[in-house]
Amino acid sequence: MITSPLNIILFGIVALLGVGFYGLLITRNLIKIVLVLQILIKAVLLALVLAGKLGGNFGLGQSAASTVIVADTIVAVVGLALAVQVRRRFGTLDVPKISTLRG
Amino acid sequence: MEGIQYYSPDAFWDAVFLLAAVFCAYRAIVAKRILSATIYLACISALVSAVLYMLGAAQVAVMELSVGAGLVTVLLVYAVSVVGDDALDPASVIPKPLAFALVGLVTLLMGWMAFPAIQRTVNISSVDLVSVLWQNRVLDVWIQIVLIFSGVMGVLGLLSEQVPGRKEEMQ
Repeated sequence: MITSPLNIILFGIVALLGVGFYGLLITRNLIKIVLVLQILIKAVLLALVLAGKLGGNFGLGQSAASTVIVADTIVAVVGLALAVQVRRRFGTLDVPKISTLRG
Repeated sequence: MEGIQYYSPDAFWDAVFLLAAVFCAYRAIVAKRILSATIYLACISALVSAVLYMLGAAQVAVMELSVGAGLVTVLLVYAVSVVGDDALDPASVIPKPLAFALVGLVTLLMGWMAFPAIQRTVNISSVDLVSVLWQNRVLDVWIQIVLIFSGVMGVLGLLSEQVPGRKEEMQ
């Protein structure tokens, strides 16, 4: 029961999500936060495809996954653009420092 | 017990790829230099693509490999090259043992909630990705088009040289 490929993939998804959440908690750099979000999205992609397979609608899972890939890329692009502009304006990428600035 | 059908050709390779992906994710998080973390992220994308391919989602795997391991990596490297030496990651605000305990608890709960879903019998659907995407989920396609335009605007923001707020300061 435990050694089914789908079980292994489910454990991998949970582990990737755990590592991603851990990274989100300990990271302060704005660019690295975008990077950690990418890790979380990889786990979600796998989860969507696996859910589609388990639910008997594999095409729907793949369709949702492809939409998530596009949205995830846009999140990365916009997040990195924001990070670069924040760095130019405030001179730092450290989130606690940025949040204490005014103006 | 209801039977679980085996679709993946080899559970061993699934486990190897996922273990490697989790290891790369951990290394990406603890890496001091963001450039190293970016390379680890590209490795995660490639490994996840392999798992997706073994699951049978070949088109999604190709998209993930080209976009995740290619485009996003290039964008991250460009952003690191723009921000320069400031890319070093400072120490965390939250104590790491506390963060580890919280995440461990959440992960255990998540696994406990998700594990029963895997025990069901898998039904094979005859509807393929092309039919779903272009007939049932046309809204997704339109949303993707809008998102790609938003991405183009984001790239323009990433490439723009003007500092925000400079115009107000000059006036």
